[in-house]
Amino acid sequence: MLHAAFLMPLLPLAGFVVLLAVGRRVGDPWAGWIGTVAVAGSFAAACVTLIGLVHQPATARELTCSVSCGTGAASHAFFTWIPVGGLQVKAAILLDPLSMTMCVFVTGVSMLIHLYSIGYMQRDRDYSKFFVYLNLFVFSMLVLVLANNFLVTFVGWEGVGVCSYWLVSFWFHRDSAASAGKKAFIYNRVGDVGFLIAVFLIFSKTGTLTYLEVFAHRHLLAGGGAATAAVLLLFLAATGKSAQIPLFNWLPDAMEGPTPVSALIHAATMVTAGVYLLCRANPLLAMSSAGMWVIAVIGGVTAFVAATIACTQQDIKKGLAFSTVSQIGYMVLAVGTGAYVAAIFLMVAHAFYKGLLFLGAGSVIHGLEDEQDMKRMGALRRWMPWTFGTFLFAWLAIAAVPPFSGFWAKGDILSNVYAKNLPLYALALLTAFLTAYYMSRIFYLTFTGKARWQEPAPDGSPAHHKPHESPWVMRLPLVVLAFCAVFAGLIDLPWAHSVSLAAWLDPVFGNRLFDSHQSASVQIALAVADGVVAVAALLVAWGLWRRRVDRPELEPDFLQRVWYWDNLYDAVIGRPGQVMARTFATVVDARVIDGAVNGTAALVRSTAARVRRLQTGFVRNYVLGVALGLVAILVFMVSRSWS
Amino acid sequence: MLATTVIATPHIRYLAILPEIVLLGGGVVLLAVASLVRRQLRVRVGTLLTVAIAAGSLGVSLWQWADVTGRGGFTAIDHAVVVDGFSVLVNILVSCAVLLTALVADGYLLRERVGGAELQVLALVSASGAMIMGSANDLIVVFLGLEILSIALYVLAAFNSRREASGEAALKYFILGSFSSAVFVYGIALVYGATGSTNLAQIADFLSRNVLVHDGLLLAGLTLLLVGFSFKVAAVPFHMWTPDVYQGSPSPVTGFMAAVAKAGAFAAFLRVFLSSFGLLRADWRPVIYALAVVTLLVGAGLAVVQRDVKRMLAYSSINHAGFVLLGLQAATGRGASDALYYLFAYTFMVIGSFAVVSLIGRTGDVAHDLSTYRGLARRQPLLAVCFAVLLLAQAGAPFTTGLWAKLQVVLAAVDNGSVPLAVIAMASAALAAFFYLRLAVLMYSPAPASGGVLGEEEPGEQPVALTAGTVGPFRAGPAEQAMAEAQPQPVEELRAPAVRGARPVWAGTEQSVAVVDRLNAALLIDAETVTVDGETPASAAADQVGGDVERVEAPDPALVSKVPVPALSAVAIGLCVAVTVVFGFIPAPLVDFAHHATLLFVP
Repeated sequence: MLHAAFLMPLLPLAGFVVLLAVGRRVGDPWAGWIGTVAVAGSFAAACVTLIGLVHQPATARELTCSVSCGTGAASHAFFTWIPVGGLQVKAAILLDPLSMTMCVFVTGVSMLIHLYSIGYMQRDRDYSKFFVYLNLFVFSMLVLVLANNFLVTFVGWEGVGVCSYWLVSFWFHRDSAASAGKKAFIYNRVGDVGFLIAVFLIFSKTGTLTYLEVFAHRHLLAGGGAATAAVLLLFLAATGKSAQIPLFNWLPDAMEGPTPVSALIHAATMVTAGVYLLCRANPLLAMSSAGMWVIAVIGGVTAFVAATIACTQQDIKKGLAFSTVSQIGYMVLAVGTGAYVAAIFLMVAHAFYKGLLFLGAGSVIHGLEDEQDMKRMGALRRWMPWTFGTFLFAWLAIAAVPPFSGFWAKGDILSNVYAKNLPLYALALLTAFLTAYYMSRIFYLTFTGKARWQEPAPDGSPAHHKPHESPWVMRLPLVVLAFCAVFAGLIDLPWAHSVSLAAWLDPVFGNRLFDSHQSASVQIALAVADGVVAVAALLVAWGLWRRRVDRPELEPDFLQRVWYWDNLYDAVIGRPGQVMARTFATVVDARVIDGAVNGTAALVRSTAARVRRLQTGFVRNYVLGVALGLVAILVFMVSRSWS
Repeated sequence: MLATTVIATPHIRYLAILPEIVLLGGGVVLLAVASLVRRQLRVRVGTLLTVAIAAGSLGVSLWQWADVTGRGGFTAIDHAVVVDGFSVLVNILVSCAVLLTALVADGYLLRERVGGAELQVLALVSASGAMIMGSANDLIVVFLGLEILSIALYVLAAFNSRREASGEAALKYFILGSFSSAVFVYGIALVYGATGSTNLAQIADFLSRNVLVHDGLLLAGLTLLLVGFSFKVAAVPFHMWTPDVYQGSPSPVTGFMAAVAKAGAFAAFLRVFLSSFGLLRADWRPVIYALAVVTLLVGAGLAVVQRDVKRMLAYSSINHAGFVLLGLQAATGRGASDALYYLFAYTFMVIGSFAVVSLIGRTGDVAHDLSTYRGLARRQPLLAVCFAVLLLAQAGAPFTTGLWAKLQVVLAAVDNGSVPLAVIAMASAALAAFFYLRLAVLMYSPAPASGGVLGEEEPGEQPVALTAGTVGPFRAGPAEQAMAEAQPQPVEELRAPAVRGARPVWAGTEQSVAVVDRLNAALLIDAETVTVDGETPASAAADQVGGDVERVEAPDPALVSKVPVPALSAVAIGLCVAVTVVFGFIPAPLVDFAHHATLLFVP
């Protein structure tokens, strides 16, 4: 059954190829169905593989032999990809509980979002192109997750990056979308450089890029700060992909893409790739406590900063985007404290409820004909009951209200942070309060209060028509995701670690890395604190936002403008960069580079003009050339024999 | 006394030379069959049979491969012939080349109406010569293969009897080839005199057991052999026939010649120098080093100034030969396997390229000026994409076999301590990239509507100052001019495509086209062949077509029309592109193949 693992990436790839070939011809909606079926097949393959892996004895699920795919072979590779000297890169997959977990939820959520897109992208000009990109994205994401070495992971990493770029600027005729795609891409490039240098560093120290071999020889990285450097460089890569400080600004802008893209790529899957990378490299992380500290602090601070910004956004998707940054900050914080299982737990739960929130937001936007301003929504619960109902569960889940999934996942992280560091715990708890608060604000503004879309906007744009509920292809994913968002907590309940996700992932992480020795009473106290904070935030927001729409005192410019972060980058990097580029264009490019080009051209021209005189077209001259060459070599050879 | 002397004939193991027999016998059968069928059917029957014969010899070669990998290589026919991974790889390569050439030649023969199946027969014979060179274990057999290969090629070069240039090319090739053959045979004689044998293994054996006090004779023989091989592989300064012959020969033949002659000659070159004269490597490596340097530089440098695409590709093949010499210069098994890989990758690139060239050449095989490629992408996008891929592969672009080929020979040179050579090779590759990319850019630039210059057909643009009169022989700083014109709005220029709106997708390439145009105007030499003493060889006259700079901008309208693409040519080009790209993405199988072939190398 483990052989089905190969189908996981291949089916979306096949879907991509088929859509590329015939997508435009079959068009709306069959192109969408082709893409959806390909990903559904991939999900089925993932489920089959999961069953196969579960049936393996627990020891056989360990990293060291998990590649065997049941054939008894030591490694199962498609083919050797790059054979250059000592570097042998095999296109092989690494199947272990971690990659399996990722695959199941990635393919599952992708399938639902593909289905949703069939309805959402209806009548779009580039309908089939959308699914071409989307299938390619799923393929790249699975390559990223399943790779058994750093380089193939990097291929997937770049693949999802470029798909993200194409999809963010999908409506590239809008200037904002085009520049948002560029921004996303450039921010990610900064991280990618970190990834590449980390790969170089690891290869130079250990001589291999395969995960298992690198981990087996990780002692070679010890000393001289190599381990810390590698960890920090990998973390730089993660900050780019997972939108953490200092590279988080691209994610809100990425909301220019179609909403299913925001749900799939910029909430559920791609943006968690950074966290996945850190989890995958956990044996390296364990070697650098300094690196772990940096990761924990950045994660905690990002979670807090993004949460404060999310409290003030007007655009529903931007609010959710900052919420995503904040939630990933929690995951990074968990990784930094060594609580990898908690990070993966939140990643899975977050994929469900954040995907659902985005899809719900998309449904609202769809119903209101592309209105994204929450101040022009309100009272939608009466017109969009399905959207309202499912959004409600997602809201309670992300607000960490017991017993929804967010409560268990976030509780797991908070108790781990509590055991590690009290100030960070305080910051995380404050963030938990803010999370519940901003989500409630979004919820009240959108679904309760007055129906503000009936009135013309202050800026003069006319009132909207009556909103309509979305078609069933869009509602079905909402319902399934709502179910998951409610019950995802079951996969790792705190009193059942021995039979749940923690035990499943144990071969990858091992409880050697972290073991929170907390008494039951402390755990209960922490859980009560979480619950109380969440409910309190709900009530505060209820009081503040149930009837009012404008509260300028709660929406300071400083927060709305993202702590002036973009302005800072503009002043420190953007403007000097432009000056530099201009200088280079006028001085270095025009003088030095063109000078070199022209110089080479002149040299080639003048030399060739002379050499070509030898090419007379006459055989006698050619023979002379051969004879002269012969004599020259002969003289050289004979001189050697006499010397 | 005489009556009692029995000349011992060796036992002939026909299985060892089965691929050669298939080709040669197939050629004879084809000749017979072709004379029996009606004139109209000859070409088609010839193509069909040749493809079948080539496929058969490919199958036999693959069977040999399985055999050789199973129980190792062996020698046969009194140790005159060796069957090992190395020879089998050459057999496979040559079979592929014959197959592809047959597909390409089909359309050519129908279009030009020159003869029936004779071209195919000659190609089969010539290819068997290349195979014999690859599996020869005796200098005499090498020479035999060389002559079988060459004599058929002389006739092939002259095949299009309607073209004066074709005959001239053949005659030049014949005279110079005979000269080099003579040199080669003289080399064999000297080596025999010095070592007492012409068998490669026995020479190696002799050299390992004796230290020659006076090795002048041996080294002289070695030199003559080296010159003979260098002539065949077109290493500078023994390359001078190449541009004239490549240009004059019918285009499909040029592709065949470039692939097969080079493969056979290099195979023998590698085997003779590595197995027989391996112990003398200290003597011949510096020579190969020097040859490689000049070959790389002259090949790339002179290709830059060519206006005729076939001539350009001829110089480019000289540049490629320089790269293969890198593998030989390393003088190791690794270097040999890298050289073999290079030849394998090169075969598909060069046959595919000349297949495109022969299509674009149109009836008469004359339209080879750069200007005829302008706007090809708009007229025939698929053909342009294929050609662009093959050109990029020759330039060594990533995701093509060209990259891995160049990378490996350069690595072999570096591993052997020849770092300066590696640097020169890479510099020459950068130089070479220019003329490959020039052609690619030309294909993707807009074709002049009615023979107008580029600047005139774009109203509203800044007048691009390429009015014909202003282009002198060479004006310092062509790129600088382009820069100066782009200068006023450096930042806005980047946003321009959005503003311009409904321009075609390649509108963005205008600037690069302008730069390339300028570089072209500055670099291209109108007629390479200069007149000496008032005489003008025919090739010089042919070179004058295309004339001066204005004609780049205003080609004959008949030459910028669509060219018909016969199905079989399309299949051949598609195969070449597929091999180049697939094994560029997944290099390992081919690299392993070449590597195994040299592991099984029986010296």
